[in-house]
Amino acid sequence: MKPEHGGYGIYLMVWVALLILTGLTVAVSYVHLGMMNVVVALLIASAKASLVALFFMHLRYESRLVWGFALTPIFFLALIIAGTLSDTLFR
Amino acid sequence: MRETTGNGEQPQNGNASPRGYLEAKGIRAWAYTLDHKRIGVMYLYTTLFFFLAGGVFALLIRLKLMYPGQHIFTNQTYNVLFTMHGALMIFLFVIPAIPSGLGNFFIPLQIGARDVAFPRLNLMSYWIFVAGIVVILFSLGRPMDTGWTFYTPYSARTSADVTVLSFGIFLVGMSSILTGLNFLVTIHKLRAPGMTWHRMPLFIWSMYATSIIQVLATPVVGITFLLLAMERLFGVGFFDPTKGGDPILFQHFFWFYSHPVVYVMILPAMGIISEIIPAFSRKPIFGYKAIAYSSLAIAGFGFFVWGHHMFVTGMSATAAIIFSLLTYSVAIPTAIKVFNWLATMYRGSITFESPMLYALTFIFLFVVGGLTGMFLGALGADIHVHDTYFIVAHFHYTMVGGTVMGLLAGLHFWFPKMTGRMLSEKMAVPAWLLIFIGFNVTFFTQFILGFEGMPRRYAQYPAQFQALNIVSTVGSWILAAGILIMFANFVHGLFRGALAPPNPWNALSLEWQTGSPPATENFEEIPTVTDWPYGYAGRQT
Amino acid sequence: MSGRSTHHGPGAAGHEAHMDPTTAREAATLGIWTFLATEVLLFGGLFTAYVIFRIKYPQMFYEDHLELNRILGAVNTVVLICSSLTVALGIAAIRKGKVMLLRFYLFLTILLAATFLVIKYFEYMEDFSKGLYPSTDIFFSLYFMMTGLHAVHVTAGITALATMLVLAFRGRFSADYHTPVEVTGLYWHFVDLVWIYLLPLLYLVG
Repeated sequence: MKPEHGGYGIYLMVWVALLILTGLTVAVSYVHLGMMNVVVALLIASAKASLVALFFMHLRYESRLVWGFALTPIFFLALIIAGTLSDTLFR
Repeated sequence: MRETTGNGEQPQNGNASPRGYLEAKGIRAWAYTLDHKRIGVMYLYTTLFFFLAGGVFALLIRLKLMYPGQHIFTNQTYNVLFTMHGALMIFLFVIPAIPSGLGNFFIPLQIGARDVAFPRLNLMSYWIFVAGIVVILFSLGRPMDTGWTFYTPYSARTSADVTVLSFGIFLVGMSSILTGLNFLVTIHKLRAPGMTWHRMPLFIWSMYATSIIQVLATPVVGITFLLLAMERLFGVGFFDPTKGGDPILFQHFFWFYSHPVVYVMILPAMGIISEIIPAFSRKPIFGYKAIAYSSLAIAGFGFFVWGHHMFVTGMSATAAIIFSLLTYSVAIPTAIKVFNWLATMYRGSITFESPMLYALTFIFLFVVGGLTGMFLGALGADIHVHDTYFIVAHFHYTMVGGTVMGLLAGLHFWFPKMTGRMLSEKMAVPAWLLIFIGFNVTFFTQFILGFEGMPRRYAQYPAQFQALNIVSTVGSWILAAGILIMFANFVHGLFRGALAPPNPWNALSLEWQTGSPPATENFEEIPTVTDWPYGYAGRQT
Repeated sequence: MSGRSTHHGPGAAGHEAHMDPTTAREAATLGIWTFLATEVLLFGGLFTAYVIFRIKYPQMFYEDHLELNRILGAVNTVVLICSSLTVALGIAAIRKGKVMLLRFYLFLTILLAATFLVIKYFEYMEDFSKGLYPSTDIFFSLYFMMTGLHAVHVTAGITALATMLVLAFRGRFSADYHTPVEVTGLYWHFVDLVWIYLLPLLYLVG
């Protein structure tokens, strides 16, 4: 059967959250936090990405199989970054 | 009402129509087909054409190498020859032949489906493949001379038309991705009722693992070639040391794909072997689950080891050690397969028709290739033989002794099913013998040459290596003769072969429970599966 | 678990006719997520290069990123987020069979997507006028490559959305069947997702 899914209401709430987070990340970028700038920016971006994936892309209501398909590439992305860094960082 | 053949007999092939899916004729019936079987056949014809084309380049290379000094070809032309040989063979033959050819034909049949999940995408992926080939051919105005690995900085600066070539390879990669995508969804969603994962043929398990690699690794080589084209066109500097870029970064990206892709090459071949050995030993496969999961393990581990192609580049020692250690992990699932195949044959009732001859050849030659790979995983040994003929021999034992033998085994095994006709064993066996002898004469000598220090990709070499080079070249002629006789057998079989019954090998998987050739819709009724396809009765006392 | 092939022969066109509707929908979902996985790895190469070079040239990244127009980047982010909303609302509408609303939201989405490209165009013109090109240095190579590849994907998305709009006008979609719209929507959200990371990495944290 069709999976459960969010309706208009959820989408609007997620949209508002995304706008707020966007404003937040732009505002924080004007504050000098050194290394923490990167960390905060990526955390906010990941929060936004999660909202898009979970609600707009229905991951929240999909099967474990679909979750597997969605999360596996992230692991391999981490792998290529880590493997390349293991060379470039330690030359 | 069943049609009859011209002389009033029932067709022997189990079909209402004797020609099955081959009934509709004409170019439109092929060019616009949505039938996975026809798409598979088109891929087979295309990839086998490039097998022959790449083979011609190989013979030219070997001809030049009979002489240590300049002979027949200039050094520049020689560079083009080995680049063309490698690029055509790898991108247009070894990678696509089994998956897109035999995989397309047999995955739906073996799982009891009528077609793949996305038939239109399937057709599109074939035409994208052809488009890629056309673009690659356009690049031949300034032919490639970089070696098939296209290392920067040279590939960014050579006057060869690497830019156009890059777009061609990108398209060929897209085709590979779409095929893998199609197979993944097909295997998940279209298995016949009762076909649980553990009742799937092992060819399907290997194609599943292959598709995972195709989907995850190929995009990386896509972006790599895109970046190479951008470097040449717009001065993008990721790989350019004069702009602060890193040429080794190209190699990381390139090998992140190109190592896993060797498992795209070998896993389908291993799947074919797992189908043939039980059928021709009349014994259930030994260790079904081990073989099934080892395919997934090989696919997974294969992503962790790409740095072992880069030991001599100046990469960090830390990374080199990590990659070297991880390289050994891949040997374990591979060895598990070999032990299980041998255990299947033990106390089996073995017959030696041509599919089995090629399957046994696969095991022997691939073990040689694989073991020499283990030598290469060791840092000290690899530094000694890197970029020598030892490497050339290693990958020919695995890619030809492995993948090509697997492909030939599959072609001989499934020829009756695809065409409705039998091959001639009288031609097949001598052809096989020449191929086996020719292959070993050509390539075993190269292990020795490499170990003695002869570098690869050199047009001219020190005279002390000439004798073995001549031996290797003569081997290439024997190999070529065997291949020609084998193709003659295929052609003869297509037109004059004896009509094939539905199940000439008495095999148990679903493709053999329908006509030879199959009807367009594969099965009259979708079967319900109650058991695995390896319940062979074993030795009859 | 295992899907079902229908027991009939192939349909006239040979496409999803051989799958029942539930299996066809699940297959389409798996198919698009697989395709998105390939896109993660495609952009992934560029993200990898970003990480490598950012660590290598922190000063260059800091100075260069200040040349980018942070406000336009933020505006474009808002534009894409709104377009994700509109396409989601369109799909919510067609789930209830509201074809006219679907057409409206698809049209809005295309408008927003085009707006993104127009803003990007002005940004690039501004960069070129300052003498900043892909060949200028590694940072700008990354900037132009990443946003350029993304823009190509936006363009492809517009094509897909426009196709959906045409089909919607031809009455092809209903509450029972709108799988192509869902698939297009997932692709479009992914395009938004990539930009969600490009904004901070290129514009905000030098």
